[in-house]
Amino acid sequence: MSAATQLPPAPVAAAPAADVGEGAGRRGWTGYLLLLPGALWLTLFFIVPTVSLVSTSLYDPSGSLATGYSMTGHWQNYTQAISDYSPQILRSFVYALIATVACVLLGFPLAYAIAFKAGRWKNLMLVAVVAPFFTSFLVRTLAWQYILGDNEALVSLLRKVHVLGADGYLLDTPFAVVTGLTYNFLPFMVLPLYASLEKLDPRLLEAGADLYASPVAVFRRVTLPLAMPGLVAGTLLTFIPASGDFINSELLGNPRTRMVGNEIQDLFAAGDYPTASSLSITLMAAIVVLVLLYVRRAGTEELL
Amino acid sequence: MTGRAGRWVGEHVVLVLGLLVLLYMCIPVFVVILMSFNDPASRNSYTFDGFTWNNWRNVCEPYQLCSSLALSLRVGFLATAVATLLGTLMSFAMARHRFRGRASANLLIFLPMATPEIVLGSSLLALFVGNGAAGVLGFWTIFIAHVLFCLSFVVVTVKARLAGLDPRLEQAAMDLYANEWQTFWRITFPLVFPGILAAALLSFSLSFDDFIITNLNAGQEVTFPMFVWGAAQRGIPPQINVVGTVMFVVALAIVASGQLGSRRRAVRT
Amino acid sequence: MSDDLTLTSVTKTFGSFTAVDDLDLTVPQGSFFALLGPSGCGKTTTLRMVAGLEEPSAGTITLGERDITRLKPYRRPVNTVFQSYALFPHLTIEQNVAFGLHRQGRKKVDAEVARMLELVELGGMGGRRPAQLSGGQQQRVALARALINEPDVLLLDEPLGALDLKLRRQMQIELKRIQVEVGLTFVHVTHDQEEAMTMADTVAVMNQGRIEQMGAPEDLYEAPATTFVANFLGQSNLVPGKVVRGDAEVLELDVEGTRLTADVARARVRDGAVWVGVRPEKVYLSHAGEEAGDDDNRLHDGIVSDVSFVGVSTQYLVRMPWGQELTVFEQNTGSRDRFRPDDKVDLHWRADHTFLLDASQDATAGVDRVGE
Repeated sequence: MSAATQLPPAPVAAAPAADVGEGAGRRGWTGYLLLLPGALWLTLFFIVPTVSLVSTSLYDPSGSLATGYSMTGHWQNYTQAISDYSPQILRSFVYALIATVACVLLGFPLAYAIAFKAGRWKNLMLVAVVAPFFTSFLVRTLAWQYILGDNEALVSLLRKVHVLGADGYLLDTPFAVVTGLTYNFLPFMVLPLYASLEKLDPRLLEAGADLYASPVAVFRRVTLPLAMPGLVAGTLLTFIPASGDFINSELLGNPRTRMVGNEIQDLFAAGDYPTASSLSITLMAAIVVLVLLYVRRAGTEELL
Repeated sequence: MTGRAGRWVGEHVVLVLGLLVLLYMCIPVFVVILMSFNDPASRNSYTFDGFTWNNWRNVCEPYQLCSSLALSLRVGFLATAVATLLGTLMSFAMARHRFRGRASANLLIFLPMATPEIVLGSSLLALFVGNGAAGVLGFWTIFIAHVLFCLSFVVVTVKARLAGLDPRLEQAAMDLYANEWQTFWRITFPLVFPGILAAALLSFSLSFDDFIITNLNAGQEVTFPMFVWGAAQRGIPPQINVVGTVMFVVALAIVASGQLGSRRRAVRT
Repeated sequence: MSDDLTLTSVTKTFGSFTAVDDLDLTVPQGSFFALLGPSGCGKTTTLRMVAGLEEPSAGTITLGERDITRLKPYRRPVNTVFQSYALFPHLTIEQNVAFGLHRQGRKKVDAEVARMLELVELGGMGGRRPAQLSGGQQQRVALARALINEPDVLLLDEPLGALDLKLRRQMQIELKRIQVEVGLTFVHVTHDQEEAMTMADTVAVMNQGRIEQMGAPEDLYEAPATTFVANFLGQSNLVPGKVVRGDAEVLELDVEGTRLTADVARARVRDGAVWVGVRPEKVYLSHAGEEAGDDDNRLHDGIVSDVSFVGVSTQYLVRMPWGQELTVFEQNTGSRDRFRPDDKVDLHWRADHTFLLDASQDATAGVDRVGE
């Protein structure tokens, strides 16, 4: 329909929207009214608490819950928290990173298989991805205690084939913690990846192959760039909760696998609110910086 | 020839890998089901020592198990109802209305999802007890926290469904003598309902599962995950696996019936 | 008749873009009216304003005596067949068709729905869902769903656009049959000129938010008023010329030194510079210098530059001494000479097939419709 070439350029661009008339959206007060209750909730119980967390992190640590705290702008809480707990902070990010990479390596084949190879089993496989969600997180993590246990089949097998020494073990090791993290957050990687891949027209892959690309090249030049939105969403949904988690470390690790979450939890339990709060804020700030760096890089360059 | 063989293997390798990963995801569920029939030799034993129906017959035997379960269900239903309602309203605003401050609203919805649970939990705790008023912690603080972290997920889920809804359907209804009210209840709502249902299911599972945030804000109350946590320190009663199994089966049944329903309706054109 | 649909000075702007520009239009009751134009010309916006889905920025829309300009869509006796049908996916075919009647408070509608489904030849399909029907069947459900309300005006927004060519031709005939049968006013929006001409009593050609010309399909085709209509509706040869003399009936023209004549009846301009137009199928070729009838207009010494055989006709491109290429369609009757590239030819046509257009208009407006 290139009679439209006779039109000046601006109207041509505006024309389709004008013709269909969708996405116009209504103006007026209704929008605010609909938004109000939820926005109020988020403001009262997310924004306000974040502010009070910041102010708690600046309280004088000499106070206690019983005697009350005084607001003294005690920024040393931060230097104290960072110097005391930098090993745990670093460990949290390392574990979260390894778990995220493992989730990508495990999640990509699975998402790809569901999107392109599953045929009529597609829905069943999707249900199988989601279903474990509904068995309590803690109960499943405890199941890993059993699977990785010293006297169970897996360890015996690994001892027999000499991957582990005669008295080697898996439970209470960093390996167990990362395994648990990977397991627990894998669905958060698979679902966004699948959503991205499902939109991908398989004919694009055929076109890539038709244009002399090897399977590896098709994957790198066609599949991966188009799966990028899902990959970015998936890595964020995995990395962020994993770096704040302490359940896996507590149930599957040992005192030397403690993560920052464990420390925050214990500090709160011990009533040291100022230090706990400053550690929380430090964790959040570090995550924001990492996420911004990552999103910028993923947005501009190829990941490989 | 090798090319064709390679391609055959290539195609099936992905499927086999995928199934292996799926197995990895499901193994703990199998273990949970198995352990629900365990007859442990001692209190601290977490190995399969023998088969019994006892755990299924005496689910409530361990102290606090059933009361914590009841609390989790109560919180779950209430938080799900409120989060689904507020979140659905918000998603309609975001998808259908134009207003100032849209970008800030988007950010407000996105941020809680990008915050680690431990941070969300500590902020709420700082708010609730920051002034030395620890006495407020309890059912309502758990409820507030649960609505908070479910809300964003509801908005995202329902908004996606709304975005996929062809505006011409509503226009067609208006053209066919349905006023705004009738158009909403006869066209918009039925078509968005699967999204709302999915959001509610997600909310419930998030709420029922949460430990980190709840643990910080529960005061004297004990939810089911908190009960499991405590039990893990003392010796795990096999009954928690019964609860895990039941949850799994119920969820599976809901998802399966939803799948069948949507296939029967063949909603997508 | 009193229930004509009338648009008076209707304007619709989206931001800085004017989709419909000061439009005046009357659609007589009971007529089959087509709004024809390229995409983005404002035809769909016009339709949506009549349906009430878009509010005019200025102007009024009346149906008979009633002003419906600002009436809600569900308060006007107007129904629409949407471009992609917009069938309700969660309702059965019956429920879709009965939707409008139910909303108007009617209870017992089964018999009417069944009769309407018969009319569109979908009897027995009432229990199915839209997704279970083919494109052509869905189209007919959309039609039935609108028609059953017996609206004063039925609006059709490119209703056949999604169908393949064969089904489209079939549905064109069927739509026309139904319109005659029910006697309602149909306003049909399309970018397909053949579709518009086949079905409509009256065609309005729209371009850039305005109506270029309106009338019976034959009139538009034989006597286009603008270069846009001349090119958008079929094809035209437009040659620059000058009116040198004229009386009440005939104008004498100079085209690159050749004398031609044209009827005043088809002249939009009567003096000065003009576009001299003629449809390619009105022109026939002869070997250069060969004798032909006296009343013919005749352009000498073209050279055949391209020949394409298309079955019913042969299409020639002929390069004229002044460099312009003209198009000629010759019916393959077998009784006429065939020409080859580089043959030297004269072009003839009957003087009364000549039309004259304003020379200030762009001769290529509406050309190049390859993308269809």
